[in-house]
Amino acid sequence: MLEIKNLHARIGDAEILKGVTLTIPDGEIHAIMGPNGAGKSTLSYVLSGRDGYEVTDGEVLFNGENILEMDPEDRAATGLFLAFQYPVELPGVGNANFLRTSLNAIRRKRGEDELDAVAFLKLARGAVKQLAMKEDFLKRNVNVGFSGGEKKRNEMLQMAILKPHLAILDETDSGLDIDALKIVAEGVNSLRDEKFSALIITHYQRLLDYIVPDMVHVLAGGKIVRSGPASLALELEASGYAGLEAA
Amino acid sequence: MNALPTRKLEAWRYTDMRPLSAISFGEPPAVSATPELPDLPYPRMVFLNGALNTALSTSFAFAKPYAPFAVRGAQPMVLINAEHAKGGINIEIPAGQDAGELLLVSQASGAAPFAFHPRHRVKLGQGAKLTLIQLDKGEGTYWQNVVFEIEVEAGAKFQHFRLQQEGTEAFNTTTIHADIAGDAAYEHFTLTLGAKISRTEIEANLLGQTALAHLNAAQLLGGTQHGDFTTIIRHKAPNCPSRQTVKSVLAGRARGVFQGKIEVDQIAQKTDGYQMSQALLLSPEAEMDIKPELQIFADDVKCSHGATIGALDEEQVFYLRSRGIPEADARQILIRAFIEEALEPVAHDASKALFEDVLDSWWGRQ
Repeated sequence: MLEIKNLHARIGDAEILKGVTLTIPDGEIHAIMGPNGAGKSTLSYVLSGRDGYEVTDGEVLFNGENILEMDPEDRAATGLFLAFQYPVELPGVGNANFLRTSLNAIRRKRGEDELDAVAFLKLARGAVKQLAMKEDFLKRNVNVGFSGGEKKRNEMLQMAILKPHLAILDETDSGLDIDALKIVAEGVNSLRDEKFSALIITHYQRLLDYIVPDMVHVLAGGKIVRSGPASLALELEASGYAGLEAA
Repeated sequence: MNALPTRKLEAWRYTDMRPLSAISFGEPPAVSATPELPDLPYPRMVFLNGALNTALSTSFAFAKPYAPFAVRGAQPMVLINAEHAKGGINIEIPAGQDAGELLLVSQASGAAPFAFHPRHRVKLGQGAKLTLIQLDKGEGTYWQNVVFEIEVEAGAKFQHFRLQQEGTEAFNTTTIHADIAGDAAYEHFTLTLGAKISRTEIEANLLGQTALAHLNAAQLLGGTQHGDFTTIIRHKAPNCPSRQTVKSVLAGRARGVFQGKIEVDQIAQKTDGYQMSQALLLSPEAEMDIKPELQIFADDVKCSHGATIGALDEEQVFYLRSRGIPEADARQILIRAFIEEALEPVAHDASKALFEDVLDSWWGRQ
């Protein structure tokens, strides 16, 4: 599914990723943990194609295709989804409209029929209900006036509707209470099947109580310094990240 | 001819009329071209090069023959209009009458530069209602210099929605003088898309308790277009609300101006004034000048104003793109969202739909 090979990236003169290598097979959920400044968010932005990051070496294959040359919208169409750490507010853009435009843009690129308003609303209402969100979520402007938890739920709503093959969750758990955390976990777990993979970027082990990963990787100093089973997260929680960079 | 304003006048500091004064304008030629009209089932008055065309117009029960009434303002463009005006609408809605909608179309075309100076008058009696949808279109080099005298008597409501789509070599100067009595409302919206240089200047006087003025505008300009929206709202009675939302989207080397002045007389306690001007610059060469002015002599009033000028937020663009939306569409969605707020007060579905249509096609041309 996703193969990251020797990925180097920088912002301006600062080299942030210094040779990240990581493979996520179909159907698996991997977690990346690491201290602040390790390059976790940079990795998520490089994968999703945000401007401002220069890849200086390495490649990223998604279902065998090198995605580093693709525009963000084309990456989305191939099934990549980034749940933002700080979801962006879009005043004047209705949530339902946004979701439908997005879904139909992706369907169009995949050569599928667009959904009309009625079919879309049915789909969206079902997803809203499953995520225990109020129905007025669809009527509100995208993320405008949403609480931190609501914004993260809205990311999960988008994910549920766009049904990606690979979801990258960039610190989706930060600032969430336990109830919201469970909803996010449920959002990911409900998509779990042999065609869906996820990369969960997190600072804390807490979310991994609810989404049990197949593998945990530690990113420090721009490299993966350790990989192990789910129990590694618990170990890190106890011992902290100190000393890992040197490893 | 009375003198054209120069930038030495404070009110004209940001709008340079020299490109206009460099042209020698003749009399408007006679035309027979049939303008393309929107498919709206309303009575219409159609002016070709400033002259009412009866064949293209339909009857409107409240239209009276044109009469060259005396103008009240002393602005340079008003004085020039007073000198040259030859026609215009003269509407009087009797008290209590809901007159529905009226379409006012101006179509201009000609080979050599020409000018015309419509002088319009609209009066609504007590409790009367009217929605005026005004379309300005044309091609070639011409100058349309409009004066509007508006009187809205107690409890009456006048909705004035204007779509300025003059040709790219045209000049449009429009000066509106509105007197609004107690409980009456003047709701104005101008969408400026056309003309090489355009200026809309509105003077609204709130003369009785709870009189209301909405002076909203959006301008979308590209190339070397220049658009100026200038307002003065005079609160001359207590408890009056006034609202202004002005949104400018400027591409290429376009230049936008908003000057908004709110005057609150000593008697006008509990005034509730709101003014917001926001500009989106789509290129580094575009320019926006904003000048808000508050002059308050009462001590118990609420007057707020704000101004922002900025570029599209690249975070927002990326967010949309990361959800599969192509870049050009993402930018269009954000520009439309930016304009949306100015369109919100247009409480008339057919007019709103008309504006939305032209906004959609504007983007395609940029």
